[in-house]
Amino acid sequence: MPEFIEAFLSQLAQTLLVVTFAPLMLGWVSQCRAWLQNRSGPGVLQPYRVLHKLFHKDALLARNASAIFRSAPYIQFGCMVLAASIVPVVETSLAFSPAADVIALVGLFALARVFSSLAAMDIGTAFGSLGARREMLIASLSEPALLMVFFTPLLIAQSSSLTTIVDALAHREFAIYPSLAFAAVAFVMVLLAENARIPIDNPSTHLELTMIHEAMILEYSARHLALIEWATAIKLMLYCAIGIALFMPWGMVEAGKWPMFPIAAGILVAKLALAGAGLAVLETVSAKMRIFRAPEFLGMAFLFAVLGMLTRQLLGA
Amino acid sequence: MILTTAPIDIVVGVVLYWIGIGLAGLVRPLSLRFISRVLFPLGAMGGLVLMAAALLGIPAAPATRVLPLGLPDLPFHIRLDALSAFFIGLLGVAVVGISLFSTGYFRRGQGTAPGLLCLQYHLFLAAMVTVLLADDAYLFMVAWETMAITSYFLVTSSHKIPEIRSAGFLYLLIAHIGAIAILLCFGVLQGGRGDYTFAAMRESELSAFWSSAAFMLALFGFGAKAGILPLHVWLPEAHPAAPSPISALMSGVMLKTAIYGMLRVTFDLLQTQLWWWGALALALGLLTAVFGVMFAAVQTDMKRLLAYSSIENIGVILAGIGLTIIFHAYGNPHLAALSLVATLYHSLNHACFKSLLFLATGSVLHATHERSLGKLGGLIRNMPWVAVTALIGSLAIAGLPPLNGFVSEWLLLQAFLFSPGLANPYLNMLVPVAAAALVLAAALSGYVMVKFYGVIFLGQYREARLAEARDEGPWARAGLVWLSAACVLLGVLPVGVILLLDHVTLPLVNFAIGTSAARTGWLLIAPVSPERASYGPLLFLLGITGTVLLTFALVRRLYHGRVRRGDAWDCGFPAQNARMQDTAEGFGQPIKQIFEPFFRIRRHLPSPFDAQPFYSATSEDRLWYWLYLPVARLNERLAAWIGILQHGRIYLYLLYSFVTLLALLMFVR
Repeated sequence: MPEFIEAFLSQLAQTLLVVTFAPLMLGWVSQCRAWLQNRSGPGVLQPYRVLHKLFHKDALLARNASAIFRSAPYIQFGCMVLAASIVPVVETSLAFSPAADVIALVGLFALARVFSSLAAMDIGTAFGSLGARREMLIASLSEPALLMVFFTPLLIAQSSSLTTIVDALAHREFAIYPSLAFAAVAFVMVLLAENARIPIDNPSTHLELTMIHEAMILEYSARHLALIEWATAIKLMLYCAIGIALFMPWGMVEAGKWPMFPIAAGILVAKLALAGAGLAVLETVSAKMRIFRAPEFLGMAFLFAVLGMLTRQLLGA
Repeated sequence: MILTTAPIDIVVGVVLYWIGIGLAGLVRPLSLRFISRVLFPLGAMGGLVLMAAALLGIPAAPATRVLPLGLPDLPFHIRLDALSAFFIGLLGVAVVGISLFSTGYFRRGQGTAPGLLCLQYHLFLAAMVTVLLADDAYLFMVAWETMAITSYFLVTSSHKIPEIRSAGFLYLLIAHIGAIAILLCFGVLQGGRGDYTFAAMRESELSAFWSSAAFMLALFGFGAKAGILPLHVWLPEAHPAAPSPISALMSGVMLKTAIYGMLRVTFDLLQTQLWWWGALALALGLLTAVFGVMFAAVQTDMKRLLAYSSIENIGVILAGIGLTIIFHAYGNPHLAALSLVATLYHSLNHACFKSLLFLATGSVLHATHERSLGKLGGLIRNMPWVAVTALIGSLAIAGLPPLNGFVSEWLLLQAFLFSPGLANPYLNMLVPVAAAALVLAAALSGYVMVKFYGVIFLGQYREARLAEARDEGPWARAGLVWLSAACVLLGVLPVGVILLLDHVTLPLVNFAIGTSAARTGWLLIAPVSPERASYGPLLFLLGITGTVLLTFALVRRLYHGRVRRGDAWDCGFPAQNARMQDTAEGFGQPIKQIFEPFFRIRRHLPSPFDAQPFYSATSEDRLWYWLYLPVARLNERLAAWIGILQHGRIYLYLLYSFVTLLALLMFVR
């Protein structure tokens, strides 16, 4: 099989896998949270049921909603699907991966976020614009920290392309790198902030004044809301996948090693399940913080990431 | 014919053509129809010709001419090399859009007569081109001053408003302080030989001390024009005061002449570059960038917001220059070329999107007669053309892929990310952290642009009369569409531009990245190598549009497309009105709270028992109180001391003359 077609097929397979199973990951996190809180929980398939229900409903739009409001869910979903074809989740031979390195990936997430913020301001309600400004604030503080997090693996691999980083990191000997440990802690903090999880935001909140992400999507219903929820799920999964790719990349399929695929998928499922459970534990033991504590939280993440980078540069560790 | 003429002659022709158009404006100075419908579109043609000349001139060898003008022994020298040609092309791209827009912009009864405005406008353009062409200090200073003075008159075209007069004065003052520094810089550069042509300056051997002196003077002088901290205070006053096409020209193009001057002096006229110049420029640039974007976030006037955003972008460009100097001084030509390309690319991008956004504010201003963000809103429904083009501009300036702002920021970040490996361990550690400051500025500019766009174009009308706002006419639309097309094209097809920029970087830093960047074809840019990093904006655009269309089709096909319209929900809160949306003040509040020490905030909060409560808050620049007012007070005190001598009585002055005469006689005895 020509190399390009193979890369294209594996590309398609991976993208479809991520898009299909992203809600499952979300369901798993919620289920773990429910167990930790001594509830029985709705089951891991609940996000699919919600999506199914939402897609069937009639969309209800505010009278003054403009084209931005209606197109934003599609753009967000499109951005996340594109991101799903760039991040190496199961394999590293992706046809699309040269189109973007980690910085362009961050730009892609930013594009989705800007559209959701603009859509939130489109109706002109108090909560919408409140959510938009909080979201943009958190994002502008977390992006520098995220860049610093990427710096350490980037120094080790001498590349900012995710597939090259994964290849480089997966092939070194198994050892604990203190620099990567610092970066990993910072990455988890940034992940929580960027995905609107506790302690920055609460995805299941119903208290209007503390909402960030939920406040932005208050006016959405039916298929638009379904697409947004789905995009959110993909984003969470992708962030976990990036974390896995950077900090525990072992067991991914490399170019031309197709028989490895089922094993790699199995390893990935185990890693994701672990990450989801860890996320649920983090969210259960911490409480949501005030919005103006968020700069301290993200400043801490930034500091950890810088420490990681300096450890790498000064000690080479 | 145009193909056989040398590019330099074409450019000189355009300069004369613009002067001619300006003078033609004086023929019928009060006929708005003649001037706006005939002369401004003709002026826009000049921009197109300049673009063509630049495309021809960038790859060509440098051409020089001696003009039959100037003083008897001191003729004007001009020279067109790749660097000037690039900036001339930048000017051409922006001027086409701005002149087309101006055709529909100027109205009757706005201070200066239309004919005079036309003269000032085209002289301003001609002066900027001459600055870029000049090959001796004499012509450079003449053109530089003409540029400052014509733009001063353009800024104060609504001179009946006192604030505009004082903004113009501040601009003129700082422009001249800067010009003095530039003049001194040329004085140092000629190295005591008295020959003020740039060709002679390239030959002169300066010691490290005098080179540094020349660089510092250039940084100060051109920095005053570009709005670098702490010489930025005129910018947020003067740019909003001018009519919108003029603001677009000043922000989009004039600031770039200062960048051009800085590059010309640092990399062309000076033969050695020291690393600490780069560190200084980098630090100053990042400080300027973060400062600018923070102040942009708290502005409530849309044009002031854009002016502060210009300060931010100039900061980013200066940081790029600083990085180039560092790499160049440490003998890393590859990365020096990379950061120089990023710098030049960002200058070009900024010319496109900032002009576009200033023009869009001009449209909003015309349609609503309102500049305050707190009274706008919902205009996307009345002004779709302006809203869509402004959206492209906002996304571009926020540095989002796949538009042009992202390309230059990406290139610059690549240069930052691969900085480890410098011979200086301190820089090794600090430069990556500086990258975080750049990302902070870029991310906050996303915040600013969501605020700018969201408050003006989205939401509900904050005032009832906004419902009557009308979209722009065909001329203005053409200008807006031209500039937004430039933003998109520069974003998705960067390889061509980078290949063209090779001709600019090669003489300046002795390296070109184009061939390696374009090795993977025109789809991808890979400035160092494809394994290290690559970015394919066209794939991005196609990927996103493809998925969006596919999703849309699938959702429609598998489910349905039913829509009902109703009231906004807003958590079921019943009595909603337009005043409950965030104003610009509200949107900027988190930034104000987090970065409070940087602002000088004065608040008036009403007490609960106030019968007529009002709220006001102003955020001012601390530097104004820490730096400018003390200098002004010192100046006034000195003037007062000298004023002691002045009484207006004739016998006192006779006494002074007598005493002076006696003193002189004793002195020369």
